[in-house]
Amino acid sequence: MAYRIDPKTDRQFVEEFRRNPVGRHSPGLMRVLNTLRHDPTGSQIVLFCRKPFAEWQIAHMPADRAEPLVFEDSPVFTDRDEAEWEVFRRRWRAATGQDINLPLRGHGLPLDDDETG
Amino acid sequence: MLKIVGYPDRYSVAPGETIAFHISLEEGSSFDARLVRVVNGDSNPAGPGLDLPHFPSPVDGTYPGQPRRADAGSYVRVNPFPALGGSFSFRALIWPTLLARPEQVLATQWDAERQAGFALLIQDGRLTLKLADGGGGTHACHLEARLIDRKWYAISFSLDPAAGTWRLNQRALLEHAGIVDSASKQGGLACQLPSIEAPLVLAGMPAVDGTVGLHFNGKMVAPAFFSGLHAADALEAAALGAVPAILANATIAAYDFSKDIRSVRVSDIGPNRLHGEIVNLPARGMKGPNWTGLHHTWQAAPTEYGAIHFHEDDLYDAGWPADLSWTLPKDAKSGAYALHLKCGETDAEAMRETYIPFFVRPPRAARDRVNRPKVAFLAPTASYMAYANHGEHITVRGVERMMGRLLHFGHQDVYLYEHPELCHSLYDKHADGSGVCYSSRLRPNINCAPRYHSWLGGDGSSLYQYNADTHLFGWLAHHEIEYDIITDEDLHRDGYELIRDYQVILTGSHPEYHSTPMWDAMKAWLDRGGRLMYLGGNGWYWRIAFHDELPGVIEVRRAEDGIRSWEAEPGEYYHSFTGEYGGLWRRCGRAPNSIVGIGFIAQGFDVSSPYLRGPDADDPRASFIFKGVTEDIIGDFGLIGGGAAGIELDCINPLLGSPPNILRLASSIDHSPLMLLVNEEFTATLPNLGGDQNDRVHADLAFVETAAGGAIFATGSIAWCGSLPWNNYDNNVSTITLNTLRRFMSDEPFTPPA
Repeated sequence: MAYRIDPKTDRQFVEEFRRNPVGRHSPGLMRVLNTLRHDPTGSQIVLFCRKPFAEWQIAHMPADRAEPLVFEDSPVFTDRDEAEWEVFRRRWRAATGQDINLPLRGHGLPLDDDETG
Repeated sequence: MLKIVGYPDRYSVAPGETIAFHISLEEGSSFDARLVRVVNGDSNPAGPGLDLPHFPSPVDGTYPGQPRRADAGSYVRVNPFPALGGSFSFRALIWPTLLARPEQVLATQWDAERQAGFALLIQDGRLTLKLADGGGGTHACHLEARLIDRKWYAISFSLDPAAGTWRLNQRALLEHAGIVDSASKQGGLACQLPSIEAPLVLAGMPAVDGTVGLHFNGKMVAPAFFSGLHAADALEAAALGAVPAILANATIAAYDFSKDIRSVRVSDIGPNRLHGEIVNLPARGMKGPNWTGLHHTWQAAPTEYGAIHFHEDDLYDAGWPADLSWTLPKDAKSGAYALHLKCGETDAEAMRETYIPFFVRPPRAARDRVNRPKVAFLAPTASYMAYANHGEHITVRGVERMMGRLLHFGHQDVYLYEHPELCHSLYDKHADGSGVCYSSRLRPNINCAPRYHSWLGGDGSSLYQYNADTHLFGWLAHHEIEYDIITDEDLHRDGYELIRDYQVILTGSHPEYHSTPMWDAMKAWLDRGGRLMYLGGNGWYWRIAFHDELPGVIEVRRAEDGIRSWEAEPGEYYHSFTGEYGGLWRRCGRAPNSIVGIGFIAQGFDVSSPYLRGPDADDPRASFIFKGVTEDIIGDFGLIGGGAAGIELDCINPLLGSPPNILRLASSIDHSPLMLLVNEEFTATLPNLGGDQNDRVHADLAFVETAAGGAIFATGSIAWCGSLPWNNYDNNVSTITLNTLRRFMSDEPFTPPA
């Protein structure tokens, strides 16, 4: 991957994503997402819909289709965007080592290092 | 997980005919079945909701069921084939493509019950010969030199039972420095080859249960058997050149795959005429090692197209027994129906019901088609087949980036993931990386059903193809429009005569795939005054072919241009089913713009956009379309991506054949950066492909009268129909569509502009 996420300069895009997980995104957030959404192992996170428009689970699709899908029993999301936010935060941590300790809904993310773990 | 699946034996059935259903029950021992009408297959609570009313019929009832599996993998079967006694030799040219598979049988005559016969195979990348005498005696020998993927080899073996010897040979047709992949070996037999009565199988191995497995992945050219022992170089030379008399006189069977390319037949050009047949549609019209590049069609240089490409994941007909059927009454009403199957209550752990859609068409005989509605919906069943079991969300990494959100997996997708034997759509690649060029409807089509929400559909309802088209069914029902349904296959088979008397034809949301007869029939109808409402996007894009002998299967060649999930190999752009040049209609001199006024410009699968009313909306010619619509913004709502312009967009382009009198009623605005210009629209890669930076990325809502007094209304967007149900069908997209349909249904002619 050509671009490496810079947790300081890219932090602004975390808040943009939190406000609008699915939709028109700025070029900066697009670059962050294109980076985060690439897994060189070939494993793929997918969103398993247990009940249409009601319940979702995160699942892992292995690189080799002969291997079974792995479902996370919890959490069960009742809001699709909550799942998007959860996966974003996991990927952000994997890329930067930083936790984003913020819920999807609520106050925004301050541009202060102390607010992230 | 999905606990019940099935498929019909046809997608279109006429009154008086019988449709049969083939079902696999994954849980329990019985299931309930009933017919339903399909009015709306969208579960989204933001829309009108599911509407699948029961249609009482003799089908209603409980049936026994059992799990069933498809026996995927293509091969050649020759039956009968004489028992191979005495000394004999075999040769072929091969191009292996998936040597990672540990066992792949190239040729065998094998009695699976007795465990007797011979098999020439590739085992762990090595050419291997195995014999078994049925009494426990076995022989196995192999060459040490490993084969290399996508290299051509001449291979041969000879057996001499009397002398008790064998010889095995492989020669790479192209040598590479330091690579040892040619070899020859001989030795003594550890057992005798018994005389057995069994078919000859090429590219697979019969099993005791009647299935055929251990498929060879790759190309094969000129397999042949000869009596007696022959030198490897003589056998090899005869594969692509003149056959010397000594070999000709010894020929048991010699298969020339360049013959009968359009057929399932495999021709033995030897004197015994031991013809065979292909099973599960391996790819034909494939170039061999002698392809010169001077000719690009198998018709011009058949001898250069002597290869068949076999795949372990080819499937034509799942071949399940019929579990139930419905004989339609003579007065059956044309429309969208489905067989609803249920084997328990659906919960979060499992989906225990499924819907198998089909269409009731008008009577087959023209004399019986009396008092038909003015309107017909052309169900894009060729496009439904093209997308059958579309699995790029499973097999391609990076799709999440294109979707702009996590990949959606429903219970149906989990089933598809766990059942690769149901095989592929025309968007997928085979396990060996080659493109899937054939797609059949004689197997479960998991993503073609009411209640299927697609990873590919726009954000919101996430519908694509069949289920997206149910938005239109719901809208037509809401407005009590009478209409017939005909399908792509009907149009292909019946031609212009089938549609001649309809005043208006409505398309689905994504009528992308058209055969030449389909195109010609529609063009003839338009040129004779037909009134077409093209209610989707990216239509009339790919040329396809239907098979002469096999029902329910189409072919595409992803040739030189267009949005392609795989590329045909150079020299393999021509359909094996018809010999026509495949690929984009645009590259055949028939851009979509030349038949429906607009053509493909952009695609993006995240969020959709509205249209901005254009100056032509106020042209008196189009005033009927906007009657009652005062807003400048059209379709800033919808169930597919939240707007009427989304997924795939078309626009006016005079350079591609859009007529000069076409009106641009509105154009879409404010597209996402993931709405990307399609690659046939640029010759050098641009830095501004996204809709946020490229003005060419937009849909045009268009209207044009034809010289014969007909007209075309074209929306330019797959998402258009997803806006129809918004606000209980009360919105400006619905109004515009209804205004147009009412006018098109009126007997008042369209007067071309002065």
